[in-house]
Amino acid sequence: MNRNRSRFLSIMLTVGLIFLYVPMILLVIYSFNFSKLVPVWGGWSTRWYSVLFQSEDVWSAVLLSLKIAVINATFATLLGTLAGLAMVRFGRFRLRTLFGSMLVAPLVMPEIITGLSLLVFFISLKQLIGWPTERGFTTITIAHITFSLAYVAVIIQARLTGMDQNLEEAALDLGAKPFKVLTAITLPRLAPGMVAGWLLAFTLSLDDLVIASFVTGPGANTLPILIFSRIRLGLRPDINALATIIILFVAICVAIAALIMFRQQRRQELDEAIAAREMS
Amino acid sequence: MVGQQATGVQDISETPWLDKDADSLVRIKGITKKFGEFTAVNNVDLDIYQGELFCLLGGSGCGKTTLLRMLAGFETPTSGSILIDGIDMSEVPPYERPTNMMFQSYALFPHMTVEKNIAFGLKQDKLPNSEIDDRIDGILKLVELQDYKKRRPQQLSGGQRQRVALARALVKEPKLLLLDEPLAALDKKLRKQTQFELANIQEQVGITFVVVTHDQEEAMTLSSRIAVMDKGEFVQTGTPTEIYEFPDSRFIADFIGSANILDGQIVKDGTDHVRVSTELGEIYIDHGQSIKEGSPVWVAIRPEKIHLSKNAPKKSGPNQAVGMVDDIGYLGNTSIYKIRLADDRIIDVTAPNQIRPKNRTHLITWEDKIYLHWDASSAMLLNK
Repeated sequence: MNRNRSRFLSIMLTVGLIFLYVPMILLVIYSFNFSKLVPVWGGWSTRWYSVLFQSEDVWSAVLLSLKIAVINATFATLLGTLAGLAMVRFGRFRLRTLFGSMLVAPLVMPEIITGLSLLVFFISLKQLIGWPTERGFTTITIAHITFSLAYVAVIIQARLTGMDQNLEEAALDLGAKPFKVLTAITLPRLAPGMVAGWLLAFTLSLDDLVIASFVTGPGANTLPILIFSRIRLGLRPDINALATIIILFVAICVAIAALIMFRQQRRQELDEAIAAREMS
Repeated sequence: MVGQQATGVQDISETPWLDKDADSLVRIKGITKKFGEFTAVNNVDLDIYQGELFCLLGGSGCGKTTLLRMLAGFETPTSGSILIDGIDMSEVPPYERPTNMMFQSYALFPHMTVEKNIAFGLKQDKLPNSEIDDRIDGILKLVELQDYKKRRPQQLSGGQRQRVALARALVKEPKLLLLDEPLAALDKKLRKQTQFELANIQEQVGITFVVVTHDQEEAMTLSSRIAVMDKGEFVQTGTPTEIYEFPDSRFIADFIGSANILDGQIVKDGTDHVRVSTELGEIYIDHGQSIKEGSPVWVAIRPEKIHLSKNAPKKSGPNQAVGMVDDIGYLGNTSIYKIRLADDRIIDVTAPNQIRPKNRTHLITWEDKIYLHWDASSAMLLNK
């Protein structure tokens, strides 16, 4: 029976992996297709990569997306960390519950609603104070910060809750003023959470199509907007090439993250081994 | 070391709490702390004197940690005041108080080495680097961790972490050191050993310690005085001997060590003795007590104060009883005997196993008829 079950499990695993990875493998293979028609195999070629590298609008979209993602991640991390600190370390303050639920609302709000409401907001703001004069880079960045800071705040809250509050009290007790406690104890302990939050905000921004489509204006195309608008005109081999590059980029990032995690685990095991030796 | 210290502090009274004119280092006046509806500490008064090792003893939720945290400045009293060295602490934040605290979790900064952890407090005082280094070396020598400067806390054993935490709190030479369950995280053998080390270190540095603990053995070994807390109030304050030998309530007699507590009625209340009738017969106590005759009282007798004998006493009188051995708990160094009396009441008696049993059988065994007796000074009369 055990054997049957293990066979069943391995079949399910294989099917799952096929569904996940075969489409990507196909995409990578077709990006090296010579033929202009995606489903027709015309032999191996890298011509679509050179087409891609010469295509200016693709590069400006990549650049715009990266610029937005970096600025968004930085501001979202900053604001999200402050919000998380307020929620976990400031005790009970007035309207805390309201603040907490408003903080996580963007996580559960349908993107289409967030996008629509932000668009309405920007339009009425323009009528009211004449800014933002045109929608594009600035409006997308603001929109992204508003929803990604919620994700950062959640990560920071979790990290703070798991952190020994006595550490901060010990620092206070040893004569450090509250700001010094923040910089010398709290922030260094929060750093891994902040890095994770930054990366998540970066990814969310890079990935967002719906909200960006709502709040963008003429001429400001992020990478997802560009890919989506091109795909609407039919499958294109140069987009396959672009997707392949993105897959490669993500794979490298994941590998680096895995390496860092492996190192940390290694270090922890070493520490434990040293501590265990002290016991005896 | 201990001997040298004793001569050094000869001019300071060993029992300053008995001296009406002595100035206290810490004066707690009418402190109350409420968390919402819950009263954690209820109108507590206490004086702690320079050089004391004072223990706050009680079960979980009795308010001992809250009181300690109010001394450190982490909790603000709902009412009342705390004076340290004559200065009112109400408006003083934790980072400006002349106190340091050793946390139960140790709270060592995981991202700093042992050296940096200890230096942290000194750096806040903007001391010159050379002095910081000297003080670190000195304190690490005291806790015997000279070779561990560069280690991170995660690379230390529990006992070493405990000593780093102590060193970090001591290195600023506070007027008052607060220790929250300092030994609770250690295993039993190490804990016993560390109790004496902690008391020795306290004697060497001469800093006043306030220790919070739930472990009465720890409190007895360490302290100059103990305050037993229950439900946010002090039940009794005194030296370990006073608390153990002269409890002033049933709660204390039962909470500290163990005791056989009997209902009684005062028969005769003399100036130098009391006679009480109990289920155990008449008990004669050789010290007076100002309790009204005829009022209900309790008599407590510690298990180790009762003597067992297989021979009937030569003459009958008070402070005697007879029963049957119902159960024996063999602990190695001592044994606990459960003696069943005629009325089915069980009396606990402990006796040291001074003689190695012959043929692996004990002198007193199950179902033996046994006679109990105790000294006139042994029974403790309680009226609350």
